[in-house]
Amino acid sequence: MSLSHLTRRRTLTTPTLLTPLLTRHLSTSDSLTIETSVPFTSHNIDPPSRSVTTTASELLSFFRTMALMRRAEIAADSLYKAKLIRGFCHLYDGQEAVAVGMESAITRSDSIITAYRDHCIFLARGGTLLETFAELMGRRGGCSRGKGGSMHFYRKEGGFYGGHGIVGAQVPLGCGIAFAQKYLKEESVTFALYGDGAANQGQLFEALNMAALWDLPAILVCENNHYGMGTAEWRAAKSPAYYKRGDYVPGLKVDGMDVLAVKQASKFAKEHVLKNGPIILEMDTYRYHGHSMSDPGSTYRTRDEISGIRQERDPVERVRKLILAHDLATEKELKDVEKEVRKEVDDAIAQAKESPLPDTSELFTNIYVKGLGTEAFGADRKELRAVLP
Amino acid sequence: MSRTLLQRARRAAFASVLERLQKLGCLQNTTRTYASSSKEITVREALNTALYEEMAADPKVFLIGEEVGEYQGAYKISKGLLEKYGPERVIDTPITEAGFTGIAVGAAYKELRPVVEFMTFNFSMQAIDHIINSAAKSNYMSAGQLTVPIVFRGPNGAAAGVGAQHSQCYAAWYGSCPGLKVLSPYSSEDARGLLKAAIRDPDPVVFLENELLYGESFPVSDEVLDSNFVLPIGKAKIERLGKDVTITAYSKMVGYALKAAEILEKDRISAEVINLRSIRPLDRATINESVRKTNRLVTVEEGFPQHGVGAEICASIVEESFEYLDAPVERIAGADIPMPYAANLERLAVPQIEDIVRAAKRTCYRSVP
Repeated sequence: MSLSHLTRRRTLTTPTLLTPLLTRHLSTSDSLTIETSVPFTSHNIDPPSRSVTTTASELLSFFRTMALMRRAEIAADSLYKAKLIRGFCHLYDGQEAVAVGMESAITRSDSIITAYRDHCIFLARGGTLLETFAELMGRRGGCSRGKGGSMHFYRKEGGFYGGHGIVGAQVPLGCGIAFAQKYLKEESVTFALYGDGAANQGQLFEALNMAALWDLPAILVCENNHYGMGTAEWRAAKSPAYYKRGDYVPGLKVDGMDVLAVKQASKFAKEHVLKNGPIILEMDTYRYHGHSMSDPGSTYRTRDEISGIRQERDPVERVRKLILAHDLATEKELKDVEKEVRKEVDDAIAQAKESPLPDTSELFTNIYVKGLGTEAFGADRKELRAVLP
Repeated sequence: MSRTLLQRARRAAFASVLERLQKLGCLQNTTRTYASSSKEITVREALNTALYEEMAADPKVFLIGEEVGEYQGAYKISKGLLEKYGPERVIDTPITEAGFTGIAVGAAYKELRPVVEFMTFNFSMQAIDHIINSAAKSNYMSAGQLTVPIVFRGPNGAAAGVGAQHSQCYAAWYGSCPGLKVLSPYSSEDARGLLKAAIRDPDPVVFLENELLYGESFPVSDEVLDSNFVLPIGKAKIERLGKDVTITAYSKMVGYALKAAEILEKDRISAEVINLRSIRPLDRATINESVRKTNRLVTVEEGFPQHGVGAEICASIVEESFEYLDAPVERIAGADIPMPYAANLERLAVPQIEDIVRAAKRTCYRSVP
């Protein structure tokens, strides 16, 4: 992948290689303009420019955050194999650029909703590693106090509405959040994420129709990792051009492995929907893991394909190369960041392991906001019952 | 002319009932005194005024569904609301239940207070994933971060001659689901008080109305007409005190049970009629207390018998008040068949007053089983 068309403005505060990475003072005027790997393809709309403005500190933070997410998902893999995580575990490694690029273009007043591959979106929205691992292990310190599990992470204060296990359901829900944003005149938008598998769901088109009718500030983001569980997109969709499937709703196809392209598209989409109603963003991305931890991911795709993507398009590696090409940090400094991030993850896991399982009383909490003094029962209702406050 | 006579007769009847109740010395859970009221409103008016008032009180309340706006409501329940509150708060949707229910639940996540109208609850099956998985369970799965102050309402159960796909009662299905509250009004007072309570409630509420009750009038006191009138969720109402057999019912069947009680009275069987009002939470305490007094129980519902509301009530009695039963519990329910169209078959598919009377007599060993 060639790194052509790179420009850079020199200022008096251009960082030197001798300054340590973490204490380096990076001037905000130290901006860079970088071209996306490929141009945007669009449907019923003029695409945004390929030239993305960023800063050194933004690129470094992209690297750090994506490296953290990568490390966290790989650690989750090990925890699952050690049987500390149970049930379902859907990992996001390979797709980090979508979470990070999107987050960089929006604020916490904007909302995000996704399906079950939600760990990294949670982290991007301000969730902590401790809450992540504790929730995965079903502990009290988890973001859902151990009651949700991998597929049900939420961070409402950060504008993250979960975490949903039913394929496609999150899209009408996301349009509903956008409805509320418009109703409350909030000038904010909602990103409703879904996969290429969910893209064929009828309720998606029902919700899109209403979003378009009512001009809702809804951005539908198809994270197209090309496989709906074990079914390749060409086997599931007559038209896998997901960005075009909105018909009267404009769409943009984005290289989802290029964090700057994702940032640019998200910024563009936010501006668009605040004035014009919904838009579809198709992120061309890839997951290295199988659909979930019970899927090896190699029965329906070749190992060459997986390693090929890793070589050519890995989102973390791309940012590393950019940083090095622009002399924003040395290789060693970036390696140190990765070591730091690994330690952070390991520390969080250790701490999460210390977190206890929820108290048995939690069996009966949060069924209702207002329990009205009714009774709820355990398996043996004469043995285990509770009054809901 | 006859209407005034009727009103006077009703008032006299109420006064004598009141007298008898006072003699019995128990006025808990009983009919409020209507002696001072002369106003009657239909269930339709009750629901309409409840919606009107709750939308006035809280700008976050909005109505969404098919034909709720310009058509004034498929059953005219939302008449006048579009004109008063505008298209931002009274929203006509395309015929896409899964989509608009999901949108409404999402809006509730963001702290609006949607009232979703299903033209009938048969169509709610297209949206049932959102009712159960997106609404009912979210509070629990998120450990309290996402709460869902939403109401799903519409006509439920059999109408007249609408056939199998338009006649099912969903009380048992929704009533089994933790995280939901399920209400079913009978009278205008029920309709007003329970709908207002449902809209004010911070949890998802399924509100099961009945098309054939919309046009029926019931007397209401000034208290009921007050804009702050609410009924408690989870509390049944004893519509008629009795001592020989308890009859539980909800929605339209309450009317049938009351008529059955009048017939039983002539045979000197005193039936206590309980209007459940709330399917979930079920007022087990009131039902059990009643059966401990009467020792006999007939459950009445329009829905399918297997795994129905009556089955749950029977189980509750067997678990909590077994020694008090003097006869097996009787269940009167809709027939175990898809609803037929022909009038004679339809009549046989739905409980009739004589079925309730017969079952009550069986519990009293007064008829051949």
